[in-house]
Amino acid sequence: MLSFTRWKATLILVAVFATMLLAAPNVMPQSWVDKLPRAMRTHMTLGLDLQGGVHLMLQVDSDEVRRSMLENLRDDVRRVLRDNRLQVQNLGFQGNAVVARLREGQNGDLALTELRKIPQLIGGAFSTSGQYDFEVSRSGDSFTVTATDAGIRDKISRAVTQSIEVVRRRIDQLGTTEPVIQRQGIDRILLQVPGERDPQRLKTIIGQTAKLEFRMVDQSVTAEQALAGRPPADSVILYEEVKEGNRVVQQVPYVIQRRVIVSGEELVDAQAAFNAQQAEWVVNFRFNSSGGRKFAQATTENVNRPFAIILDNKVVSAPVIREPILGGSGQISGRFTAESSANLALLLRAGALPAPLTVVEERTVGASLGQDSITSGTRAAIIGSIFVLIYIFATYGLFGLFANIAVIVNVVMMFGLLSLIGATLTLPGIAGIVLTVGMAVDSNVLIFERIREEVRSGRSVIASIDGGFTKAMGTIMDANITQLITCVILFYLGTGPVKGFALTLGLGIITTMFTAITFTRYLVVIWLRVFKPARVPM
Amino acid sequence: MRLLRLIPDDTSFPFMKFRPFAFGLSALISIATIVGFLTIGLNIGIDFKGGTLVELQAKQGNANIGELRTRLQGANVGDVQLQEFGGPNLVMVRYGEQPGGEPGQQAALRRVRALIDADYEVRRTEVVGPTVSSELVQMSVIGVILSILAVLVYLWFRFEWQFAVAAMIATLHDVTAIMAFYIFTQADFDITSIASVLTIIGYSLNDTVVVFDRIREMLRKHKKLPVAELLDVAINSTLSRTTITATTTFLALLGLFFFGGEVIQGFTASMLVGVIIGTYSSIFIAAPILIYLGLRQGGFGTVRAEAEDGEGAAAAKAKA
Repeated sequence: MLSFTRWKATLILVAVFATMLLAAPNVMPQSWVDKLPRAMRTHMTLGLDLQGGVHLMLQVDSDEVRRSMLENLRDDVRRVLRDNRLQVQNLGFQGNAVVARLREGQNGDLALTELRKIPQLIGGAFSTSGQYDFEVSRSGDSFTVTATDAGIRDKISRAVTQSIEVVRRRIDQLGTTEPVIQRQGIDRILLQVPGERDPQRLKTIIGQTAKLEFRMVDQSVTAEQALAGRPPADSVILYEEVKEGNRVVQQVPYVIQRRVIVSGEELVDAQAAFNAQQAEWVVNFRFNSSGGRKFAQATTENVNRPFAIILDNKVVSAPVIREPILGGSGQISGRFTAESSANLALLLRAGALPAPLTVVEERTVGASLGQDSITSGTRAAIIGSIFVLIYIFATYGLFGLFANIAVIVNVVMMFGLLSLIGATLTLPGIAGIVLTVGMAVDSNVLIFERIREEVRSGRSVIASIDGGFTKAMGTIMDANITQLITCVILFYLGTGPVKGFALTLGLGIITTMFTAITFTRYLVVIWLRVFKPARVPM
Repeated sequence: MRLLRLIPDDTSFPFMKFRPFAFGLSALISIATIVGFLTIGLNIGIDFKGGTLVELQAKQGNANIGELRTRLQGANVGDVQLQEFGGPNLVMVRYGEQPGGEPGQQAALRRVRALIDADYEVRRTEVVGPTVSSELVQMSVIGVILSILAVLVYLWFRFEWQFAVAAMIATLHDVTAIMAFYIFTQADFDITSIASVLTIIGYSLNDTVVVFDRIREMLRKHKKLPVAELLDVAINSTLSRTTITATTTFLALLGLFFFGGEVIQGFTASMLVGVIIGTYSSIFIAAPILIYLGLRQGGFGTVRAEAEDGEGAAAAKAKA
């Protein structure tokens, strides 16, 4: 088995050469890389721990998603019953359901038929899931519309997808390079912004839902009356926060109608501006045509009455309409600073989040620490590898040299494969590479020790070498596969840097098997052919 | 050229004779681990219990930890741990989970930063909220158990069940011993520790499998040799490889330990210890256990081997 067919030898060299090409862009100066065709610009990205940046794990408030789903459901139920002139005795929530009780003598069958039109197939009309988002049941005069588990899951899943879009739009506005925005698990979003120094700035931008609404102020009661008793059924009490610095010093109550005239979804543009007349910062906005029409109609009907601009359920300001606003554009004022008006404009342009996001994990690495880690990681890798190379050479002489060449080829191949898949290089990842160097020689050691045993049992040079490779093969397989199993598990369960470690170690094990079994053997075979040695030099 | 030989050719150490001592030692370590775990406990990092870690660099001169400690009392975040980290101008600040759920953690970090921003540069912050930390614990436990089971199944297919069981016991031994390292050095036990434990499991299994492979080969070749002697021969013939591989891995790790920077020093320290544990357990735990699992049942050597087993087991029990 010590001969190599021409095509097999070629294949080995091609594989080694190809991975070298893949790895090359990592060490080229940028000006060379730019000249390469796009497909050849394979490189690894540096992890956040190496280049500095912010890592945030965001969680979509699934309770809030469920709550707003149920609130919309209640509105739907009310509308359906009202449209069919069915009189309701009471309407309320019960767990994940809305329960409506009709007055006596109402047409229950009609109510059931109409309410059954609310549930929709999950995934759209052509979906094959066969599952509905709601279920309707009746007991006497009482009707229950329940949100199904599948329906709630679907809603949360869509809220996460939507949130990812909004987060992406907001982060893009900051002009940062290559942010990573990914879904994690059921209700999480991973956000990584390399090079970002200030996590606070990111959190301000993604921490706000930015749900903007224009609603009328209810003037049938004063805020004091409403606070003392109950606000009218169609209205709620909302507050305006008066701030000094970051501290809320006063909360001004308003009675605001539930009905939304226009919402932030109908904005097409928003810009911060300085209003010279009032000497204050404002946000100028423009509606799309339908939003503009609704706003024009409402302002025409309500001249001299106040309306409220509401952001995330807080009153920003409640100006009185002096004259109809027909142009489809307007201005939001409300004690803004230059920064807060710019932020609000950004949020309005990027759109509202379907539900609030909370930061559940935050990791930031400063640029200086990242640079230190690159320096020390590289130094450690080189020194550790030199230790190993010297030791192996001292132990096996010429064969040690073969093993060392194989180890170096092995590292190059690892870099090539990591570049091919565009992997992220982290500090633990570098540790994984160094560890692979230490363990990569194991396969060679197994082979060489076998060869020595064969030599001692008195076989010829060729027979010993052949026997060594053949007998060590099974051991190499078993030993490496068991180790690969733990790497795969670590990769799937790990996060961030740990994943990087598992990836480099796992790839290292695979390339090791290749280099030890084929590449070292190839070197040894060439040596046998050229020098026709009389004894094995180890 | 004279080549380096750590282990001479044709050694014949009677490894199996030492097994009562080895079992005794391992039993002792395991008991110490359990006692240590219950009394001292692991120094659990923020990954698993939630909390905040901030690495600071003094903008000028050295960090004044005493002054910083008094200053941080103003942040009102409870017990704050401060420690020099890799240089006189670097400080690691740590404190536990704050009340008020996820937003509470953020608010606390803002208070801390406000107090130190003038004199210190923040090099790194990590905030792990309560929900994430409990998930990480769950994930880590699943990871370790899953990898042990997966390997068990693989070995069962490739070898015989005795080998799989022996490897599993040896792996459990390794996990216990590595825990002893974490408990008695009070090194931070966090998510990278899990990576190091799994790597050690991988390394140790690799080592064990090489020895087992040779044992299996010997079992086929020498049908009449008593099991204990056969194990000795197998271990001796792979001894050179075992030490060379352990040495290269150790050397690579030494490079990382001394030059790889503070961030991964704990990680490499535990793996250095792990290489020693893994090598030891393949020779002194995994292999001798095979004797008690009735390897080569019905074969010729069984009777003698089992007679010897009785003594060995009794001695091991007495020692434990």
